[in-house]
Amino acid sequence: MTAPVLRTPAGVWLRRNLFRSPVDGVITVVAALVSAWVLYKTVRFVFVTGRWEVIERNLQLLVMGRFPAPHVLRLAVTVVVLSAWAGVIAGIVHARQVRAARADLESTSWSRARVLDLGERFWIPGLLVLLLLALTNTAGPWIMTAIAIVAAVVGRLLGPFLGRRIHGAVGGAILTIALAAVPIGLYLYVVDAVGFGEWGGFMLNLFLAACSIILCYPLGVLLALGRRSGLPLVRVVSTLYIELVRGAPLFVLLLFANVALGFFVPAGMTPSTPTRAIVVFTLFTAAYMAEIVRGGLQSVPKGQFEAAKALGLSPPRQTFLIVLPQALRNVIPAQIGQLISLFKDTALAGVAMGLFELLRVSSAITQQPDFRGQGLIGETLAFGAVLFWTVSYTMSRESQRLERKLGVGTR
Amino acid sequence: MTATIVPDRVPIWRDVRVLQWLFQLIVVAASAAIVIWLYGNYTTNSQSLGIPTNFDFLDNPAAFEITGNEMSQNAPVRDAYVQGFLNTLRVSVAGIVAATVLGTIVGIGRLSKNWLVSKMATVYVEAIRNVPLPLFVVFGALAVVLGIFPRIQEAWEPLGLMVISNRGIAGPWFTGSGRLLVLLGLVGAVVWWAVARWRRSVSDRTGAPANSGLWGGAAFVVVLAIGWFAFGFGVTLPEVDGRRSAGGIRIDPSFFAIFFALVIYTASHIAEIVRGSIQAVPKGQGEAANALALSGFQRMWYVVLPQAFRIAIPPVGNQYLNLIKNSSLGAGIGYYDITLVTQTTVGNGSPAVPAFTITLLVYISISLVTSLFVNIANRRVALVER
Repeated sequence: MTAPVLRTPAGVWLRRNLFRSPVDGVITVVAALVSAWVLYKTVRFVFVTGRWEVIERNLQLLVMGRFPAPHVLRLAVTVVVLSAWAGVIAGIVHARQVRAARADLESTSWSRARVLDLGERFWIPGLLVLLLLALTNTAGPWIMTAIAIVAAVVGRLLGPFLGRRIHGAVGGAILTIALAAVPIGLYLYVVDAVGFGEWGGFMLNLFLAACSIILCYPLGVLLALGRRSGLPLVRVVSTLYIELVRGAPLFVLLLFANVALGFFVPAGMTPSTPTRAIVVFTLFTAAYMAEIVRGGLQSVPKGQFEAAKALGLSPPRQTFLIVLPQALRNVIPAQIGQLISLFKDTALAGVAMGLFELLRVSSAITQQPDFRGQGLIGETLAFGAVLFWTVSYTMSRESQRLERKLGVGTR
Repeated sequence: MTATIVPDRVPIWRDVRVLQWLFQLIVVAASAAIVIWLYGNYTTNSQSLGIPTNFDFLDNPAAFEITGNEMSQNAPVRDAYVQGFLNTLRVSVAGIVAATVLGTIVGIGRLSKNWLVSKMATVYVEAIRNVPLPLFVVFGALAVVLGIFPRIQEAWEPLGLMVISNRGIAGPWFTGSGRLLVLLGLVGAVVWWAVARWRRSVSDRTGAPANSGLWGGAAFVVVLAIGWFAFGFGVTLPEVDGRRSAGGIRIDPSFFAIFFALVIYTASHIAEIVRGSIQAVPKGQGEAANALALSGFQRMWYVVLPQAFRIAIPPVGNQYLNLIKNSSLGAGIGYYDITLVTQTTVGNGSPAVPAFTITLLVYISISLVTSLFVNIANRRVALVER
C-alpha cells in the first residue's frame, strides 16, 4: 500500500504562502508589482530594447581577446584536450571511490535519476555554451564543442579503466605526473604561438585565476602550518605576513605592483604585466587561504595529533599524513569560496593594470567607431556579468555537492 | 643479559631542541634574506633612476584639485592625503550603514514565510554575489549615473526636495555651523543615555514598562529642536541653477556610483550571514516566543535577532573590512579616496614606493582598528561560559 498523496488545493496554497494576514497580503501585492516590473524590464531588455549587435560582432574579442586568427586552432585543441583530461580525472576519482566503497557502482549506469542529476548540474553552463554558440556565425565553435563533449565522455569512460589498471606507488606517481603534465604542456603549446602578454578576454580571467589558485595553495598551507606551529619565530613570521596582506586592499596592491614591482627586482628582470597580476593574486590569496586552512587545522580533534604521535610518526608525517588531509577536507566549501572570489577578483586586473580581461573589453568595445555614443555599456556589462555569474554559480553549486558527497559534518 | 649502552646525551644532530632552533633560524634567515634582497634592489634601482626614497614629497604642492573638497592647488600632498583618507572614511561609513540595513532586510526576507518575498530575496542574493564587484562599480558609474540619470537641464526634482541628474544628487541640508550641530548631537546622545538609564531604574523600582528607547529618543529630539532654534540653524533646498545645482548638499556622481556598488554587493553577502545566523538560533527560542504570545515582530526583535546578532558579529565584521578595502575601487571611476590621491600624486611625479607605502599602511591601520572594534563587540555579546 502506498502512502496517500496529499494534494494541496491552489487556494489553500495561496492562503498559506502569500496571504496569511492582511499585512502579508499587502506585502505580497507590493512584492508582486515590483517583481513583475523587474521581470518586464529584464525580458524587454533581453528581447526588445537590448542592442546585441555589439556583442555579436565582438564575441571573439570578449572571449579570447586579440588572439591572432591563424592560431585559434590551438585554443580549440586546448579545449578538447582539457575536456578529455577532466573526463579522465572524473573517471579515475570515481573508480577510486568505488574501490574504497564510498560510491556504489550503480551510479555509473544510465538510470533516470542519474540523467536528471546530470541535467540539474549542467543545464546552466550548458545554456551559456549554447548562447555563445548561437552568437557565432561560423561552424568552427560548433564542431569544437561537439568534439569536446565526445572527448569528455570518452575520457570519463576511459578513466576508471586507467584507474583500475594503474595503481601502486610507481603507477600512481606516473599517472599523477602524466595528468599534471597535460595542462603544462597545453600552456606551452598555446604560449608558443601567442606570447602570454597578448592574451585577453574571458580566457585571460580564467587563466589568471587558475594559475594563481595553483600557486597560492602550497604557500597558503605552509603559512597556515607556520601560524599554528609551536616554534615562536616561525609563528611570528607567518602571522606578520598573513595579517599585513589581509589588511591591504587587492586593488591597491595591483596598482602598486603595476607601477612599482620593477623596483624590487634587479634591473632587466622586470616581469610582464600578466605575470605581475599573477604574482599579486598569488601572494594575496595565499594569506586568505592560510586563514582558511588554519580553521581546518583547528577543527581536527587533538586526539588525531596524539594518535599520530603515539604511532611514532615524525612531525612532518604527523602533519602531512594524518592532520592535513582531515583539515583540508573540513574546509572544502571555504576553499572553493575563496577560489570563486579570486576568480571574480580577476576583473580588477583590467581596471588596475590595463590588462585586456573581460571587464576591460566590455567597456572598451562600447567606444568602437561603430558603437560609440550609443550608450551600450548596459548590454556589454550584462554579457560580462552573465559569463562571470555562470562560472561562479556553477562552482558554488559543485562545491555544495562535493560537500554533501564527502559527508562533511555528517560523520 | 646484555646491557645496552645508553649514551648520556643525544647526539647534537638528533636533539629535537637543537633541530627546532635550527629550523627556526633557517626560516627567519630565509625571510630576512628575501626582504633584504627586495630592499637592496629597491634602493639600487631608485638610486640609478634618481628617484628619492624618503617622504619629502609630502611637502610638495599637490597641484591637483579634489572635487567636493575645498583645497587649494598649492596645498601640500600631505593635505591631499588627509582629504583622500576622509573621503575613504565617508564612503565606508555610509556604505557600512546602508549595506547592513539592506542586508538584514534581505536576509530576513529569505526566511519569510511569504513565498514571493523569500523567492525575491533568494534571487537577489544568488544573482548579486556571483558577479564581480568591479562590474557593479563600472555599471554604477557608466550605466546608472551617465545612462539613466537625466541631464541637468531635465533633472528630476521629486517634491522639490532633491535634484537628481548626472551631475550628482542634491538633497536638503542645514545651514549653520557643522561643528555646533555635531556638538548638539553629542549632547543629545548623552541626554538620551541618561534618560534611558533613569527610565530603566524607574522600571526596576516600580515594575512599570521602561520604554527607554521611546523616552530617550524623545529627549534627543527635544534637545535637537531646542538647539536648532536657539542657534539659528536653517534648511536649504537644492535648485537647478544653470548647468549645476545650487544649495542643499550635493553628492558627487562618483560617490554615488561607488556607494551604490558597495552597498548592492556587500548587502548580498551580509544577507547570507544574517540568514545563517537566524537559522542557527535554536528553534525552541522562536517557539517559546510564540508560546508567550509575542507578535511576529516582537518575536524577531526581542528574541531571535539579539541571539542571531551574537553569531553574526565576526563574519559581518569581516564584511565591513571587505567593504572598507573594496572602497578603494572608487579610484577606478574618479572618486577621490586615498587610493586615487596616491595614483594622482604618483602620476604627478611623486615617488611610487613611498607614496603607496603610506596608502597601504593607512588601509592596514583602518583594518586593524576595525577588527579591534569587532573583537570588542564580539567579547561584549559573547555568552559567558563556565
